[in-house]
Parts: sequence; structure tokens; C-alpha cells
Amino acid sequence: MKNCEYQQIDPRGLSTPSSTQPCTENNVQRSRRKWEVFPGKNRFYCDGRIILARQSGILPLTLGLIIVTSGLFFAFDCPFLVTHLTVCIPVIGGVLFVFVVTSLLQTSFTDPGILPRTLPDEAADIEKQIDTSGSSTYHPPPRTKEILINQQVVKLKYCFTCKMFRPPRTSHCSMCDNCVERFDHHCPWVGNCVGKRNYRFFYSFIVSLSFHTSFIFGCVVTHLTLRSQGGNGLVLALQENPASVVELVICFFSIWSILGLSGFHTYLVAFNLTTNEDIKGSWSSKRGAEDSGNPYTYDNIFTNFCATLCGPMPPSLIDRRGFLPPEDIPPAVAVDMGRPPFLAKNDTNMEENCQGFALSCTA
Amino acid sequence: LPPQFHNLQELRQSPSLATKVFIQRDYSEGTVCRFQTKFPSELGSRIERMLFEDTVKTLNTYYAEAEKVGGQSYMEGCLACATAYFIFLCMETRYEKVLKKISGYIQEQNEKIYAPRGLLLTDPVERGMRVIEVSVFEDRGSSGSSPSSNVSSGISQR
Repeated sequence: MKNCEYQQIDPRGLSTPSSTQPCTENNVQRSRRKWEVFPGKNRFYCDGRIILARQSGILPLTLGLIIVTSGLFFAFDCPFLVTHLTVCIPVIGGVLFVFVVTSLLQTSFTDPGILPRTLPDEAADIEKQIDTSGSSTYHPPPRTKEILINQQVVKLKYCFTCKMFRPPRTSHCSMCDNCVERFDHHCPWVGNCVGKRNYRFFYSFIVSLSFHTSFIFGCVVTHLTLRSQGGNGLVLALQENPASVVELVICFFSIWSILGLSGFHTYLVAFNLTTNEDIKGSWSSKRGAEDSGNPYTYDNIFTNFCATLCGPMPPSLIDRRGFLPPEDIPPAVAVDMGRPPFLAKNDTNMEENCQGFALSCTA
Repeated sequence: LPPQFHNLQELRQSPSLATKVFIQRDYSEGTVCRFQTKFPSELGSRIERMLFEDTVKTLNTYYAEAEKVGGQSYMEGCLACATAYFIFLCMETRYEKVLKKISGYIQEQNEKIYAPRGLLLTDPVERGMRVIEVSVFEDRGSSGSSPSSNVSSGISQR
């Protein structure tokens, strides 16, 4: 009787998964945290506290634009406006700036709702349930499964990378190579996917950025207007204040897209849709109609807003900072399956099927 | 009652896992976290249907409480927004509090009900909230039983 390599789940360790103690019997290797063997294309900082997509190239640009524009505003426009108008201007600007930067960082560094990949035994069980014919030849799992949600038929797709049927509203992001719950879109400006857990941060980012950009734009226009009235005309005012011109240009070009994006996402939130669903036309029939076919809507704009933005904050499911169990094979790696240990006891047919499945996926 | 009693001590010392049963999610009410209460046939001989269904129903109630969109969650959401989400650094969310309660409940159920029957529940949060994993251990009371994926045939009930 082969002693299975499955690690007994210690019921006492169940309550705090992240406090699983480093293995005491295996003192040779340092116990590793789960983020170090995470299979998706993500980058981790601060020992797993911060998560980013692998390609986060435009995030520094986004941050840089915001900081530079705001910095120029505070340095060059505010002194004039404080003396000529009111001291509230830098205060409001400061509050908006803090909101924008905080929301941006929260959106970028929060786990968007990544679903951990299935462990080999769970993947095998799903396969077993599908393959009811019991034939010896291997059939790949069907790509879709239909379920009823609120009397509406919804198709669940099988994810070949994560080896599971994706829950409703979940989509696999090819950039990050993860299944993300309530997947909205992958935002390169933010350097992360936008999903269930960070949608509210993303929404508050674009809304506060709209206000911030409009505010700076308005203040700069006021500043230049006042200067040109008091001085020798607009052209001279522009020449004397190059910083304001820079801000004007940046704000002018970005305000259209930001306002448009805010408007679009306000519509999505009001009708409880995601960008993904909207683009694919999942619940097409009539846009914005009560009976649009969307099974997730509460049929009340206010309730949709509250549920999406003020709903409970679900926890991260990937447990980045948890310690790996003391095994040689990291449990989350599903690509290079080899021989799942527990299957040694079972039907060898199943084992061959699993191996074939793994090979066909990695081929 | 099953004739052979196990306790957690025994299970921990000599794990002899026969199979695992996975209880899948029930999406009939949307994306809220709910598990199917249908009693899996593989567990037929190991545990009473009522006990198992009670466990799953209680878990579903806990998850519904965690995900309830109501007064408290609005307060939490608005407070978080007003503090630019810094509040999440110092405060535990209601969801996390309920998850801790759930862990405690599962542990208690394991100790009292499941381990004596050679079963072990895994907290769904460790499986991405996709499944409730029930590990079925061999009934050590069966004589000369060879490991088998079919639990009911591998165990001889006296």
C-alpha cells in the first residue's frame, strides 16, 4: 500500500491558513511563500504584499503624468490663485490629488480577484464527472457547461489553463495568465486587471481623476484669464507661464478620454455590467432596458451602484503570503503534472487519462 | 452510527486517503457563494445525509451573511471611500470576520462529526471558494482492504 504523499490537512491549522508553520521536519530548505511559486504572470513586491501584472510598463507613465501635472499646478498656479481668489483652491486640489493617487495605487497593487488554479485531484474529479461514458479513450472535457442563474441560461466555459469551469462572470486574462472573477478588463495604464476586488478602486480612480483634471483645467484657465486681463493680453500671459501651458495641454487631451471612461463605467455600474460583457454583447437585446437579460442586475440603478461599489470586500483567494506545505512539488503548479501521487492507488486508466490531458494542454 | 470510530489523532498519524469528494458551487442564485446541498453518492455509507446537508446549509448561511449587501456593508464601503481606503489597513472587513467564524465552524464539525467517521472537510477558502473538499479516509476497521477509489466497496461495514 503506497503511502500517499498527500499532506494531511491539520484541522487545527485550518482556521488561519496563512499561519501554517514552516515545516519542522524539513529543516534543510527555507520555507517558501506561495507567491514565489505562483503560476500566473504576475510580479510580487514586499514579500507578497503587493501584486502587479508582469507588464506594468505604463503605470509609471500614469503616475508621472499625474504627479507632474499636479506638481506644476501647486507650484505655479496656486500661489497666484491663492492671492487673487481663495485659499480653498490648493486645499481642494490637494484632497483630489490624494484621492487620485491612493485609488490608483490601490487599483494597481490589489489582487483583482484571481482564482487559484485547481489542484490536480480537483481537476481529475472534474474530468471524471464529465467523462461519464467510461470509455478507455480519452475525451477532452467539453468546452462549456450550461447552468441556470435566476432562470436565465448561462454558459460556463472550461479554462484549459486553470483546469476548471470558470464561475459566472469570470474570464481568463491572457496578459496575466489568470482567471479573474468579475473580470472587467486589463488596464495597461494601471498595470493590472480590473476585477471583482479592485473595481471600486478603479471606479473611484477614474471619477476622482475626472474631477481633478477638470479642476486643474478650470483653475489654469482662470489663472491665465486673470493674468491676461491684468497684463498685456493672452499671448504674453502664455509666454510668461509655460508651466500653465503644459498643464493646459495635458489636461485638454486627457480630459476627453477620462470623462468618457467615467461616463462609460458609470453606465456599466448602473446596469451591473462588466466591460467584458458589454463588449461581447452577452446580454445584448436592448441596451439599458429592464429586461436586458442580465441575470445579475438588481433592476434598480441605485441598488446596482450600492452593490457594486459599496458591497462587501471579498478576500484574496490566492493567499500570497501563506507558506508552502513541506513538499517537493509545489501544489499550485498544474502545468507540469507528472504523476499525481494520490492517483497511484486509483484506476491506472484514470492516471493515463490525466497524463494525456496534461500533455495535450501543454503541447 | 458507523461501527468503527476514528479520531483526529489516528487520522493524522497514518493518513490513508481513499478518495476525495468535491462539492461544487451552486450558481442558481447568481455569483453569491453557495454550495450544492445535494448529497454525494460517494459518501453514502460514511455519513448520515442529514448531518452532511446541515453542514453545507450552515456554511451557505454563513457565506450569505458575509456577502449580504445591506446596512453594514454600505457603512463599511462609504467609510472606506471617505478615508481613501486607508481604513482597510487597520480594520478587518466583515467578510474576513465571517470567514474566521467559518473556519472555526469547520474545525468544530471536523472534530465532532467528520473525523470520527474517517472524513475531513477542507475550508473552501483554501480551494479558491470553488469546492468543499471532503477527504475520505479508509475505514481502518475493514480487514485487508485494498485501496480503492470506490469507497463503498472498499469498506466492509459490520
